[in-house]
Amino acid sequence: MKFSLSWLKEHLDTDASMQDIADCLNRIGLEVEGIEDPAERLAGFRVAKVLTAAPHPQADKLQVLTVDSGDGQPLQVVCGAPNARAGLVGVFGMEGAVVPANGMVLKKAAIRGVESNGMMCSSRELELGDDHDGIIELPADAPIGTSFADYSGADDPVIDVAITPNRQDCMGVRGIARDLAAAGMGTLKPLLPDAANDDAAYAPLAAVLSELRSEATMPVSAVPIRIDDPDGCPAFWGRTIGGVTNGESPAWIQRKLKAAGQRPISAIVDITNFVMLDLGRPSHAYDLAKLSGPVVARRAKDGETAVALNGKEYSLSSEMTVIADDAGVHDIAGIMGGEHSGCSETTTDILLEVAYFTPERIAKTGQALALTSDARTRFERGVDPAFLDDATLILTALIVAHCGGKASKIVRAGEPPLANKTIAYDPMLCDRLGGINLPFHAQQEILERLGFVVAPNWTVTVPSWRRDVDGPADLVEEVVRIHGLDHILSEPLPRAAGVAKPTATPAQKLERKLRRAAASLGLNEAITWSFISEKEAAAVGGGAWSLANPISEDLKVMRPSLLPGLLSAVQRNLDRGATSVRLFELGRRYLAEGEHPSLTFVLAGDKTPRGWQSGKAQGFDAFDAKALCLALLEAGGAPVANLQVMEADGTLYHPGQSATLRLGPKNQIASFGMLHPSVTKAFGIDGPVIAGGIHLDAIPAKKASGFMRTAFTPPALQAVTRDFAFLTAVDASAGDLLRIVKGADKENIVSARLFDDFRGQGVPEGQKSLALEVTLQPAEKSYGEVELKAISDKIVAAAAKVGAILRG
Amino acid sequence: MTLEALQSETLAAIAAADSLDALEAVRISALGKQGSISALLKTLGQMSPEERQVQGPIINGLREAVTADLAARKAEMESAALDAKLATERLDMTLPAPERPMGSIHPVSQVMDELAEIFADLGFAVAEGPEIEDDWHNFTALNIPETHPARAMHDTFYFPNQMAVDGKAMLLRTHTSPVQIRTMMNQKPPIRIIAPGRVYRSDSDATHTPMFHQIEGLVIDKGIHLGHLKWTLETFLKAFFERNDVVLRLRPSYFPFTEPSVEVDVGYSLVNGKRVIGGNEGWMEVLGSGMVHPRVIANCGLDPQEYQGFAFGTGVDRLAMLKYGMDDLRAFFDGDLRWLKHYGFSALDVPTLSAGVGA
Repeated sequence: MKFSLSWLKEHLDTDASMQDIADCLNRIGLEVEGIEDPAERLAGFRVAKVLTAAPHPQADKLQVLTVDSGDGQPLQVVCGAPNARAGLVGVFGMEGAVVPANGMVLKKAAIRGVESNGMMCSSRELELGDDHDGIIELPADAPIGTSFADYSGADDPVIDVAITPNRQDCMGVRGIARDLAAAGMGTLKPLLPDAANDDAAYAPLAAVLSELRSEATMPVSAVPIRIDDPDGCPAFWGRTIGGVTNGESPAWIQRKLKAAGQRPISAIVDITNFVMLDLGRPSHAYDLAKLSGPVVARRAKDGETAVALNGKEYSLSSEMTVIADDAGVHDIAGIMGGEHSGCSETTTDILLEVAYFTPERIAKTGQALALTSDARTRFERGVDPAFLDDATLILTALIVAHCGGKASKIVRAGEPPLANKTIAYDPMLCDRLGGINLPFHAQQEILERLGFVVAPNWTVTVPSWRRDVDGPADLVEEVVRIHGLDHILSEPLPRAAGVAKPTATPAQKLERKLRRAAASLGLNEAITWSFISEKEAAAVGGGAWSLANPISEDLKVMRPSLLPGLLSAVQRNLDRGATSVRLFELGRRYLAEGEHPSLTFVLAGDKTPRGWQSGKAQGFDAFDAKALCLALLEAGGAPVANLQVMEADGTLYHPGQSATLRLGPKNQIASFGMLHPSVTKAFGIDGPVIAGGIHLDAIPAKKASGFMRTAFTPPALQAVTRDFAFLTAVDASAGDLLRIVKGADKENIVSARLFDDFRGQGVPEGQKSLALEVTLQPAEKSYGEVELKAISDKIVAAAAKVGAILRG
Repeated sequence: MTLEALQSETLAAIAAADSLDALEAVRISALGKQGSISALLKTLGQMSPEERQVQGPIINGLREAVTADLAARKAEMESAALDAKLATERLDMTLPAPERPMGSIHPVSQVMDELAEIFADLGFAVAEGPEIEDDWHNFTALNIPETHPARAMHDTFYFPNQMAVDGKAMLLRTHTSPVQIRTMMNQKPPIRIIAPGRVYRSDSDATHTPMFHQIEGLVIDKGIHLGHLKWTLETFLKAFFERNDVVLRLRPSYFPFTEPSVEVDVGYSLVNGKRVIGGNEGWMEVLGSGMVHPRVIANCGLDPQEYQGFAFGTGVDRLAMLKYGMDDLRAFFDGDLRWLKHYGFSALDVPTLSAGVGA
């Protein structure tokens, strides 16, 4: 909402400075987004008189002037304007001034060999108009040497205020003035003049207004008005005005519209726009000549169309309210007028519409049509239902005063919803909720200045223009915001005795552990979009949730896996020249039945760069992923010793270099391996990518067992290691052998490590030799030959169960 | 040969030996089975006790002297040999050591951990909720009915109608506020929670991304008022920025789910052209907050006559930027290793109250 300071002062009687007003606006919740001072733009431009004008010796189209800019010493100026002549009073840009239109800094310069000390300016150069045929000509008596900003009255700052959606009443300058007055920034002037006051905002229209107050002698409206949809349009005031001239609007209206950022169109349109900006009251004027038959506020018919003022055609539904006549729909009620029946320069007779539309209806219609307008913004927030008569009066007065014409009686169809809201208010609530202990009388004064009526029993009547206020908490807000939030004193939250208790849930602790474990293992945490493209989702099996209105096709499907986002990041990093990429992300996967926390990592490029010790660069392999998965699961407290390595299903991974880690066949906790080359290729990556993923919610929660550990004393006797080499089929699983060996004698075997996998010389074709180091822990007494032989026999026998034969 | 001569000759031979082998030869010739000193020792057995009493200490003394000298000489030679060997083993210690990959924590995660730490001290637990929400939790329960203009302000991402659950339209949550609703519906007051997480709005430019992170705070109890809100936010911001000169300015504002609603500006100073929180050379908006609207409390099945409290929300990415100086939000979600390594945090930078939450 933009308006000038002088405009504000038409409603607010105040001596406060611009800065004081801006500070106050911020204080009371009307956030100032900017203040634009046109005087600043005109600094260095003065009223000046051309003393002499002579032809330029080197150029036909130029003249050499001497200019009196009020400093006593005439300045020589080269000028190309055809109207430059001795005696002309115009606007002179001094050395150092910045030309508003193009940002050029004026300086002393030689133009075709003749020194020039500034510039005589055109309207366009000062952005005062489009005229560039010649320099500005001011009246001959304009005081030479005065700043042009002062002379032209361009000392009126424009304030831009952000209005929150609850404050429809401040979507007009008068509402802002009322709030400022309530906050002590002056006095709100009366709106309409009467015998008692002549400082009313609309005092200049006093004569016309008083004439229009009595409708008795007026003709009846030339068009009947009817409401067929009272739900959507409870009230429709209308009147015709015949014999108008729709030329340009007066300069004072144009100035205000420009300050508000609007383009003047024609007197009648400008007047309706001005009243909307001034009083927050939208209205509409129809060209009577374009209407046929009664004007009706009704529901649209499904499929009916209307061409709005923006030139676009809208397809309507029976959920929408329109203004129509016998010929069809003219106006999308409360949102935008129709192109066909709008006022033009040739309009001579008009129908003025001042209606009350139901906010919810306007909001739904606007949303459905994706059509915004100043009128919709106000109607959907709820205009003052008690301000139809006066609005009609003011609009009519402005039109009659500036366009002439004769107004009809007002047709008042329907009734606006006028029921006054009342709130039982307890002034103690100000302290209880707002934290400010404000005396009751001070609260009452604030409320009354805002237009509330406070009964002795603290029943508060809400003014008709404050649709947003409907409960005691709202009244607290009104009181504290006008009194000032600065007055709120900090009060500590009561604190529980003792040291703060831990607040993180087990799932949160797990996330934190895994995140920091991953970083300590050399992985860089990334955060990628939760949404990916359909193609990317398809590469990992497709997503269950696709947005209806994505911002782009690339960000459309909620990721079913964290891989696509990470793979895209891998690709971008490799394209930027990265030689080694280790990325992880901890975030949610979005599946049909819910959201699942996951950690996924990707490894690409060099694991080890070429080095003076290590030789050639080495890539990552699937075992790097396995190691990371196990390290992460260990850090997360998963029962790593019980994990089973099983085949990975699906098409994500290389079929021969991938696996899953499970606790039981159904509970997959992690998967890892080399990604399938077709997957990496889909993401534009050359070369292998190793990846792994952990499902955080599949990790069983640790049983709470207190802080005490199980008892332990280091064994007195030294452990013994024995090596075993087994021959087994090439495709046999080493893991099975290890597991069965470990379990061969649980009393003695504490661990078994596989340290060699050998095929080739000495090993029969189709077989491999797996070497295990088994650690045995004696308990009571050291092992003798007999005991060791017995344990060995058990190990060999166990291995045989999985087809492994001790190598002779 | 006199014993003196034998001693000086043997000692000279020891001194002259130039290798361990030569030294061993001297040892054998003196102390070996056939050695000269061994021979003398053998003569002791044939002596009379008186003679032995005289000669014994002399011969044994000779043996000890030679033995000690041999040992000393041997140690000297071994040490010299070790020195020589070590000298050949010299490496250029300016050569690079094997590189170790340096992992990092994303600034958003780090800041969320910092916030969790600060608020844990104030008794706030961390709550979570779904990102794919229904419009009741995201809007209706928060006092934003279907026709409310605020719904349009939120630039919501919707899922198609056929994804509706129990007749409620599904969407991506536009703020973390639905976690307020879920918490109040599942937990009896007193409530103190923060709810950090991803939120989504259909918006994209230098300062907006369609996905970003918010943190929500909620306190519901008896007798909680705006003064408690102000204290909580002051305490939080001072702890987060680890500065005592953090100044807040409260401005009335509007959020449908709070009444009164308060926008919070924080003062900044300019240091080398960058805005640094602290002081009051200028103000910037950092938080939206207010007293939870009675209708929201009632929507969650609590009695607004009995319980009241405050809520606040702010951008986690924005807090990270203000504290650690990044200036492009889009880079947060690009996964550029160069950026992650520069702005990321070490795994060991775990925020704690005792060490300071910042790193």
